[in-house]
Amino acid sequence: MKFQKRRPTALAALLLTATFAFAGCGGDDSGDGGGSSAGGDGGGGDMSVTMLPKNLGNAYFDTSTDGAEKAADELGAEFEEVGPDTASPDAQVQYINTVAQQGKDALIISANDPDALCDAIDEARSADVKVVTFDADTNPDCRDLFINQATSEGIAAKQLELIADQIGGKGEIAILSASANATNQNSWIEMMEKELADNPDYADIELVDTVYGDDDDQKSFDQTEALLQNHPNLKGIISPTTVGIAAAARYLSDSSSKGKVALTGLGTPNQMREYVDNGTVTAFALWNPGDLGYLATYAAAALVNGDISGEEGDSFDAGDLGSFEVGADGVVLLGEPFTFDKDNIADFDF
Amino acid sequence: MSHTDIERPQPGAGTSTSEALLVEPSRLSPTRRALTTVLRSRELSIFLVLVAVVVLATTKNNGFLFSSDGWRNFLLNPSILLLLAVGQAVVIITRNVDLSVGSTMALTAYLTGRLFVDQPNIPIIVVVLACLAMGAVLGLVNGVLVAYAGVPALVITLGTLYIYRGIMLTWAGSDRINAGDMPRDFLSLGTKTILSIPVLTIIAVVVLAVVGYYLHTARGGRELYAIGSDPDAAHLYGLAVRRRLLAAFVLSGALAGLAGVLYTARYGTVSSGVGSGIELQAVAAAVIGGIAIFGGSGTVWGAAIGAFLLVTINRALPSLGIEDFWQRAVVGVLILGAIVLDRVLARRQARKLAESRDHS
Amino acid sequence: MSATATPTAPARTYAAYSAPLWKRWLLTRETAVIVLTAAVILYSLANVPNFDGPLTMKFLLQDIAPILLIALPMTLVIITGEIDLSVASIMGLSSVLLGVLHDAGMSIPTAALLALLAGLACGALNGFLIAYVGLPSLAVTIGTLALFRGIAVGLLGTTAITDFPDDWSSLATGTIGESRIPLVMIPFVVLAIGFVVLLHFSTFGRGVYEIGLNDEAAHFTGVNVARTKMVLFLLSGVVSALAGIYFTLRYGSARGDNATGYELQVIAAVLLGGVSIFGGRGRLHGVLAGVVLIGVISSALRLESVTVNVTNIIVGLLLVASVILPSVLGWAGSRLPRKASAAPAEPRPDKDAATADV
Repeated sequence: MKFQKRRPTALAALLLTATFAFAGCGGDDSGDGGGSSAGGDGGGGDMSVTMLPKNLGNAYFDTSTDGAEKAADELGAEFEEVGPDTASPDAQVQYINTVAQQGKDALIISANDPDALCDAIDEARSADVKVVTFDADTNPDCRDLFINQATSEGIAAKQLELIADQIGGKGEIAILSASANATNQNSWIEMMEKELADNPDYADIELVDTVYGDDDDQKSFDQTEALLQNHPNLKGIISPTTVGIAAAARYLSDSSSKGKVALTGLGTPNQMREYVDNGTVTAFALWNPGDLGYLATYAAAALVNGDISGEEGDSFDAGDLGSFEVGADGVVLLGEPFTFDKDNIADFDF
Repeated sequence: MSHTDIERPQPGAGTSTSEALLVEPSRLSPTRRALTTVLRSRELSIFLVLVAVVVLATTKNNGFLFSSDGWRNFLLNPSILLLLAVGQAVVIITRNVDLSVGSTMALTAYLTGRLFVDQPNIPIIVVVLACLAMGAVLGLVNGVLVAYAGVPALVITLGTLYIYRGIMLTWAGSDRINAGDMPRDFLSLGTKTILSIPVLTIIAVVVLAVVGYYLHTARGGRELYAIGSDPDAAHLYGLAVRRRLLAAFVLSGALAGLAGVLYTARYGTVSSGVGSGIELQAVAAAVIGGIAIFGGSGTVWGAAIGAFLLVTINRALPSLGIEDFWQRAVVGVLILGAIVLDRVLARRQARKLAESRDHS
Repeated sequence: MSATATPTAPARTYAAYSAPLWKRWLLTRETAVIVLTAAVILYSLANVPNFDGPLTMKFLLQDIAPILLIALPMTLVIITGEIDLSVASIMGLSSVLLGVLHDAGMSIPTAALLALLAGLACGALNGFLIAYVGLPSLAVTIGTLALFRGIAVGLLGTTAITDFPDDWSSLATGTIGESRIPLVMIPFVVLAIGFVVLLHFSTFGRGVYEIGLNDEAAHFTGVNVARTKMVLFLLSGVVSALAGIYFTLRYGSARGDNATGYELQVIAAVLLGGVSIFGGRGRLHGVLAGVVLIGVISSALRLESVTVNVTNIIVGLLLVASVILPSVLGWAGSRLPRKASAAPAEPRPDKDAATADV
């Protein structure tokens, strides 16, 4: 019993050591990072930018972060990427709060929910953080700028064009989306539904199901299986998300439906190369996520430096990409989606 | 348990019930005895539920079972959970629990991908062995902490659940393993079939058979039950309690390691969320399969059928016209149903035993 | 460490009385956690940039509020030797109900009241199966974890309801006057006082400890074991539902997967705070310090831009270390020759190894 009373002292000492050891490491890292970038280039002063993707460990966002980092280097800004390990809005809120606490100059974020993040973003903006959304937007009134990869109409039209071409203009199709409240996904799906109903070219195409893989490999994979099982006459699948299309391609390439069920959507060339080579997928579309991150970082820097205020008609320079103009609702458009197929996929590495 | 029932047909010979209890079973032929055991077993009830689900789903949608993909997926999909459930069953039988299996699986899944990326020509069997070894080491850590530090497994494995997952995420960073990083031979293993039975299922069933046989017949296996029934008594009786616990955790870890390899072969991509939450499914499979959460009873066969049932229900719900969002609710009802059923059966048996005692 | 090697009194019987009262008050597990928490806070204030900023306290308290709330009933549940793994699922269910009912046109107070009642019903199901049917709480609450979460996800699918009125969400994110203390701390403090009185200053609370030490003995001394457990699970259900409502309004979004995994954080904090998983031991101030400790560590590490993985590793290590260190030190102590006489007085480590309970 004697020891029992004494133990806590030693316990405390040990736990403290452990905790401080970890905390110490963190401190050193960020100190170094800050120092080197400040000395690198005088242009941006001590501008600090934080990038917050939907989640970490996602190939698409890794590419956009690379682009953003490149832009930050050119601008001489301090750059870091943080993020949750699952794509949920409440986890993102904590990181937005942290950015507000740190008093960073700009936050570049892909939103997991259009409304849920607004309170936190408002708080960050009142702490003088410029907020730029990319890939997935929040409500227009709670951020400064949205860097749009392509117009919803353009993306929807492109994907329908690809699928119609691949299934010969008629038959049942289904959509494998990310999460059911992803803003960008929903607006594309809405556009596609509208286009299917209105465009006489697509009169024979029927959208039979929309399922959600939550940008989780295994779930997307299982959902593909369920789609094929529940719709024996399915002719094609559109997956407007890079995780979904890769999982669906992987399922199809080993199943008896390979070659019978067409698959298209938005994917990265590195993930899809194998499936294009083995004939599971004929063509798919995407913009360059690296350019998206790059543009978002330049836009954030322009806001921080006061070059633009985010009003319609403002224009700013985005390094290698040239000059861009802010459109209605504070939206900056990157361009139109690009189609990858067997002939050109070898030229891309991202 | 069957004893009391067997002596009922001849109540006239009520000379000495206690005597009858001791000698009666041997009068039955081994075949009948085996049959009675099977018919009265807890596993059968859960198996019937599985059959019912399959029949129902198949009548609604032929392709659920009678298409090449349907049949393959029916066998293939549960194989990963089956491995975890077998390991979990062994641990639960000793009156412990291993919540870290999901994180262990994630770590070994990433190890699999990493090995293929770093050593493109590495033989598959080496990767499998490496993952088994890594899983075993992680299980050993749990086992040592539980058996020697004397802390409940729930707490230890809850801690290692965080730690192992954290290590995996830190190690992986923003790296991600894609199908293209791995050799085709390995990936095709994920869907290859032999005599229309998927390879992964064969692996899982072989593991199941070996573990099941060991638990049923070997001394070490029986000791695990003894430890789970009454740890203090087992200790006083002179059983090597600590060593057996250690072995149970090492087995659970190693099977989780194997599950990591199979996962990678099946899904082809390893992202940060691999296997999160699967530990509860493994526990659920074991509990549904008739393994008492306080140890000492149940079989790995039951756990295996439980794993099949969980996965099959998940696949069947859309065919039955129920949104698969409800799957977890159905699983919850099944778990509660299973433990209530166990309790009812135990009560009834206790009552019977008490009656037969009072009669004598 | 050196402290363990300075024996003063024969520690064979009633060793607890060998030290003066002030010592017994200070040298407890709870004090250790509080000191550790204070030390981490001081360290962070001095070394972590922006930790001393005006927003830290507000965000920190807002982040840990749901865990603080649920830790209160969870402490009592674990002291009785039971466990409730379904708390996060109840949070998710009450969040979804709040959203669905509000979407159907109900006012927030009405919807919240119904969500609380649903939480009470969830707790009643747990409590009935555990206290009256006598099923093991680990198995029951793993089942209801899946069941309640399944109902939540089933009701809403993967969609989210986000159109909550601004005045209610600003209530959830607001602070008391000009201070940095979030409004949610008011209901928390009220509840905390209630639970402290219940556990430490009432017959009911003595019964809770007795059940944890030996529920049969408790039964024979006149404690109504079943009713006590039932009450605790009801409290756990309703407080979890309250935390779910706060969570929903704070993030302005009702989703089926809200608060997934919180049960593990709550239990980790409770055990870190010195509650024994075997039951019968633990105090609320230690638990609250445990929650704050985890919150401060995560907050400080986020400010240092350390990723969530490292935070998880640290929380896991703290949890494991906090439960094994007593055993390890006890074991090491019993190995010292001079301590031979004390060994019989402390059979726990050996016994626990053999009984290694779930």
